Amino acid sequence: MNFFTELREGLSISWGAIRANKLRSILTTLGIVIGIVTVTLMGTAIEGLNGAFLRSISFIGADVLYVDRMSWFISSEKEWIESLKHPGISLGQVDQLEKQLTLASAIAPSASTQLQVKYDKRHANNVQIIGTTEQFLATSGVSIMEGHFLSELDSDNGRQVCVIGSQVATNLFPRGSALGQKISIGQRPFVVVGVLDKQGTFFGNSLDNEAIIPLTQYLAAFDHSPDLEIRVKVKNLADIENAREELDATMRRIRHLAPEDLDDFSINQQDQFITLFHRVAGTIALIGVFITGLSLFVGGIGIMNIMFVSVAERTREIGIRKAIGAKRRTILLQFLIEAASICLIGGLIGLGIAWPLTLLVQKVLPATMSPLIVGISLLVSLVTGLISGIFPAWRAARMNPVDALRNE
Amino acid sequence: MGAETVHALREVSLEIQRGEYVAIMGPSGSGKSTLMNLLGCLDTPTSGSYELNGTHVSEMDDNQLAEIRNREIGFVFQTFNLLPRSDALRNVELPLIYAGVSAAERRQIALETLSSVGLGDRIHHKPTEMSGGQRQRVAVARALSNKPSILLADEPTGNLDSKTGAEILALFNELSKKGHTIIVVTHEEAVARHARRIIRLLDGLIASDEKTGA
Repeated sequence: MNFFTELREGLSISWGAIRANKLRSILTTLGIVIGIVTVTLMGTAIEGLNGAFLRSISFIGADVLYVDRMSWFISSEKEWIESLKHPGISLGQVDQLEKQLTLASAIAPSASTQLQVKYDKRHANNVQIIGTTEQFLATSGVSIMEGHFLSELDSDNGRQVCVIGSQVATNLFPRGSALGQKISIGQRPFVVVGVLDKQGTFFGNSLDNEAIIPLTQYLAAFDHSPDLEIRVKVKNLADIENAREELDATMRRIRHLAPEDLDDFSINQQDQFITLFHRVAGTIALIGVFITGLSLFVGGIGIMNIMFVSVAERTREIGIRKAIGAKRRTILLQFLIEAASICLIGGLIGLGIAWPLTLLVQKVLPATMSPLIVGISLLVSLVTGLISGIFPAWRAARMNPVDALRNE
Repeated sequence: MGAETVHALREVSLEIQRGEYVAIMGPSGSGKSTLMNLLGCLDTPTSGSYELNGTHVSEMDDNQLAEIRNREIGFVFQTFNLLPRSDALRNVELPLIYAGVSAAERRQIALETLSSVGLGDRIHHKPTEMSGGQRQRVAVARALSNKPSILLADEPTGNLDSKTGAEILALFNELSKKGHTIIVVTHEEAVARHARRIIRLLDGLIASDEKTGA
């Protein structure tokens, strides 16, 4: 008898056995069902968390390097004290950088603060006021919903114009368009020339509660010697490492650092966030795997237990089959398939239960039950079945037909 | 639980020819079950040898024995030993499944065999839906489906009333006339007398081996 026939035969026998013991089979699968629900939800949640995070940091831009006075991630007090000594980045340095960089497609200096913004009797608090240049459009990934972004003329001539985030627009102009209206930012009038598309939130902070004004205006009105941040968009993402090196070398030259000096500035990029996130997500996933592993283990023991019962109950059947010519392999396969089938059915039920739960999770996270997770869940249930079925099946396969036939 | 080893059979030397109808008799403890297990390749002797159709069975392993049983032996048990959840057709197909016969062919063979034992109209009945006599006929059909060398029956009428028992024995006579080799293990004289040769065992030894007038 070839393997395929044995497989089909085993399937039909186990299907009969499962149907003959419906209640028992259902109760047995319960452990696996719970295990698979946990596996699926855990997987979906982790994928969702990943997706949510990547989406939320996408505004940072994979191809943008950020030159700051301090690093985004300071790991020790010593590093903190050291970086406090770093001199700020000046506009003059930005100009030099613009002239010297070859691998950059856009360079935008920016400074920001939080102020109240008013229009008529309405006001918006804690609005992020960003002073920058027309290049910011390319480096920040923002897009215009209405009107236009700051033009080169706007930024060079320091016109009193602004581009506002969607949240500011809805707060100040609940009805009608914001375009052409004069709003007051920190007591100074600015004409709205553009409204940005919605960007969402980052770690709970709205990215849409902002107003962008020309850097020259910002410097004149709010901060005469700010600590600038420079966003450098590289021409080619594949070249980002070279661009980073060029940027580093150029900054060192501009800031007159001796070869033995450490950088007195920091180049930050999205990658750092992703690395940090993966470390956190990895820990969460590890805990998840442990919990799901535990519930599957319990489920697997249930399967093993019921398979031993099943083998004992069917000792006589095993004897008959052996007397008639079933080999060890045939009997082994028959019971393995039975265990695997029970687990697969449990897996399918588990997926059926997890599916609506995923839809619930979707309300919080951008979670979807991906084909990969479905595949993994089914594979896990199959493997659980095979592992917990192997000992009972082996016991059945090794039975002596004479003793088995004598069994009442 | 004594330390003494008990040999169920000793110095049994026996030759059965193709086409014979043999009854093995003996009181319980005489070793007839052990002899049946050996003849049926369910067990191997601790010493001595068994040659079946030119094959030395005594030194075979589990899987080889399974194959030999499948090919050479058709069992008929006192308690029928049908698979309770399968219908008659499937029970009869079982040896063919293990022999690797294709689905269409085994169905054909099973149908033929079932009608040859007079159950052509009962193929989809499950064992629980049949009388004892019918069940034993299914068992005989199952035993015959693989065209084995030996039909080995262990008290085939033990669980049947005398009328159906007689029917089964009549079926055996018929099969014997067609040339099947039949070995019946029994303790009933009436059953044994249908055979053409009776081997009587006592305390693990052959007490007598004689032809009958049947």
